[in-house]
Amino acid sequence: MNFTLHIWRQKNTESSGEFVTYNVKDVDSDTSFLEMLDQLNEDLIDQGEDCVVFDYDCREGICGTCSLVINGHPHGEKKATTTCQLYMRDYADQSELWIEPWRAKSFPIVKDLAVKRESFDRIIQSGGFISTSVGSAPEANSQLINKDDADCAFDSAICIGCGACVAVCPNASASLFVAAKINHFQRLPQGKIESKKRAERMINQMEQEGFGSCSNHRHCETVCPKEISVSNIAAMNKIL
Amino acid sequence: MHKLNSNVPTGPLENRWEKHKFDLSLIAPQNRKKYNIIVIGTGLAGASLCATLGEAGYNVQSFCYNDSPRRAHSIAAQGGVNASKNYQNDGDSTWRLFYDTIKGGDFRARESNIYRLAQLSCNIIDQAVSQGVPFAREYSGYLANRSFGGTQVSRTFYARGQTGQQLLLGAYSSMSKEIASGRVKHKSRCEMLEVIIIEGKARGIVVRDLVTGEISSHLADCVVMCTGGYSNAYYLSTNAKGCNTSATWRAHKNGAYFANPSFTQIHPTCVPPTGDSQSKLTLMSESLRNDGRIWAPKKIEDCDKNPNDIPEEDRDYFLERMYPAFANLVPRDIASRALKGICDEGRGVGSVVNNQRLGVYLDFSSVIQKMGAEKVKEKYGNLFDMYESITGENPYEVPMKIYPAPHYTMGGLWVDYNLMTTIDGLFACGEANFSDHGANRLGASALMQGLADGYFVAPQTVANYLAKGKFEEITHDHPEVLASVQSVKNRIESLMNAPDPKHSPDYFHRKIGSILWTSCGMARDKESLKKAIKSIEQIKKDFWKNIKVTGSDKDFNQTLEKAGRVADFIELGHLMCIDALDRDESCGAHARLEYLAESGDAMRNDEKFGYVAAWEFNENKPTLHKEHLDFEFIKPTYRDYK
Repeated sequence: MNFTLHIWRQKNTESSGEFVTYNVKDVDSDTSFLEMLDQLNEDLIDQGEDCVVFDYDCREGICGTCSLVINGHPHGEKKATTTCQLYMRDYADQSELWIEPWRAKSFPIVKDLAVKRESFDRIIQSGGFISTSVGSAPEANSQLINKDDADCAFDSAICIGCGACVAVCPNASASLFVAAKINHFQRLPQGKIESKKRAERMINQMEQEGFGSCSNHRHCETVCPKEISVSNIAAMNKIL
Repeated sequence: MHKLNSNVPTGPLENRWEKHKFDLSLIAPQNRKKYNIIVIGTGLAGASLCATLGEAGYNVQSFCYNDSPRRAHSIAAQGGVNASKNYQNDGDSTWRLFYDTIKGGDFRARESNIYRLAQLSCNIIDQAVSQGVPFAREYSGYLANRSFGGTQVSRTFYARGQTGQQLLLGAYSSMSKEIASGRVKHKSRCEMLEVIIIEGKARGIVVRDLVTGEISSHLADCVVMCTGGYSNAYYLSTNAKGCNTSATWRAHKNGAYFANPSFTQIHPTCVPPTGDSQSKLTLMSESLRNDGRIWAPKKIEDCDKNPNDIPEEDRDYFLERMYPAFANLVPRDIASRALKGICDEGRGVGSVVNNQRLGVYLDFSSVIQKMGAEKVKEKYGNLFDMYESITGENPYEVPMKIYPAPHYTMGGLWVDYNLMTTIDGLFACGEANFSDHGANRLGASALMQGLADGYFVAPQTVANYLAKGKFEEITHDHPEVLASVQSVKNRIESLMNAPDPKHSPDYFHRKIGSILWTSCGMARDKESLKKAIKSIEQIKKDFWKNIKVTGSDKDFNQTLEKAGRVADFIELGHLMCIDALDRDESCGAHARLEYLAESGDAMRNDEKFGYVAAWEFNENKPTLHKEHLDFEFIKPTYRDYK
């Protein structure tokens, strides 16, 4: 298979970027999307050019490192999938692909397709934890937890922190990310105690980082690779 | 030369850790803030250690190569974490977990360390639950367990197929709490490239900022490496692309002994490779073996047929045939070897890679018939979806194909009972050390070890080291610091400016990977290892002559990152082969063809090889030091899974 790629290239955070067009040839249909970019980078090394920087690590859809907006869709068009789990067999031969980084003020571009997501880390630091210390934990079965609550907590806890929800949101809001964490803990008896304080602090931090607010577009749940529901946002708003 | 002293306590096994903890020196709470500790890596071991040291009141500096500490590869562990809680009343105990682990490791690990691990396993579950880790539960509200990876008790705690993710996010949340408190200072997108040793003690590290390319030194009173394993030496593995040996290899080159480098685990249930562009392999949880039946066609001519057209009598359920008692649930090393044997016979299925079909079937059709597709979906749905998204095949209709892939490395930096390497003040935790899994690791015990080291062991032993030592203040212009920084700069200079730049880092990575896979993978033999050692020596020469790195070193340059890592994998690969050649026996995952019984079982030689092989770096020829393994409490037996 052959593809024409229009890739966003940007030297660093301060400089302005532009789309540069490349052609990749003879791509095997079982090649993953990121392997196709690997192939492009091998060609660039051959030609003595600087490679395209893009974030990746586990390549099995769980670490949340990979990003990319492909033809306007964060993580591509395929539902419930991270970019690293896309395969070229899902794309038509000879097609043109527009590849961009996440775009949001709170995720500054580091270089080419890689962005800085430390704002997410700072939101967690502001309150995304249960204030327990090693050594003080009671015996694990001394507190029973309703299975439905545990399952719901899990459904929120599976967020991989990739930032697709922000990238797709017209307000660049991090509400889904924040709400998923708040709801994960709120559902569990050991996390409930700090719920209100946690929600206040995290939402506050989200605003300080420059993320927008939620105005119910619900695009976030559509692109979330882990299919985290917007009902988390409603639940978060109830806590406040 | 450093004399190997494991510092293992004496006395009854049950009391050793308690007694040892009592003998360790303490630092009073008000004095802890005067001490600085560097922790590298933020996986289960690193994040849990940062959190615990921060809570205790120390000053911690943490570094990781990812863009966030939450992304370390522990996140990808699927199956679960063992603990001997005996909630299921099936006869489990600390002793049984200890026994299973030491036997699973084929009697190549220390009794005292493993017993401590088994004891601490229960505290890990308590700690994780208190952090809000949403483990699976029964309708009663109690924690659920499953049986996992060849054990006969249900002691595995799990969070669907994402236990590693949930445990890591738990540790990350606690670490984040300590970053907020100011006691932990963290830097992402940084790679450690050198250890700074002053007067025989590890006092700091040199890191490269992966975004700006800036090289800087960071000083402390001691250094803890939680930098994971080196499966990526094989190029294709289930590890994340960034996982590397650079930190451990730098430590090794500075004097830390590397133990049992050839003990690497090749996991049986992975999605088979399909072609040359493949960049990594994906593991599918071992739990699939609880219900799936593994088979290959009896006749070579059936190998390219649709599996559903191959009649029952022409299918060879080879694990059930070879190991009737444990059947499809035999330990990983045994299953992997059997699978490879079948494919080597030419009875593999699926894509042809290097003139061989690499795959066998993992078939759920009989379970689907028995339980119904819905039930199977409930149990394995996410794994089936994952398989379908990677291969484009529907496993409810066509049997899955699996093939082994490098997954975990039991070998690592040699450490004593205090998890300290042979360099004073340099500690290694989690997969980065060699300590607990012997020659083969059992399922659901990697998470256990990483967290035991980080939450419970290292915080105590690091404090003891600090309490006992004197640490003079060091400045960034100390000659040793400057020399370490300079050596990093020189190395980068050589990578950027090879005399005859021709090949990319991936080119060399594939080369070293393919040699290790062929000669130091699931089956090893003397001749092929000798040949491999020679070839690797040549690759090393070619690498430094022909490595081609484009772009600038003063910039975000992933090609340069890769090149540095591959250079270290080449040297480590050399040592892996030397170690495999030197160990003239088979044990656990180390299968020397000369020492395999007809059944394929490993034939150990305890008399000659009942030791840990700890290698000292030497430019020309590494020196072997042996730590003899005493079995005071259990008698080594032959692993028999028939």
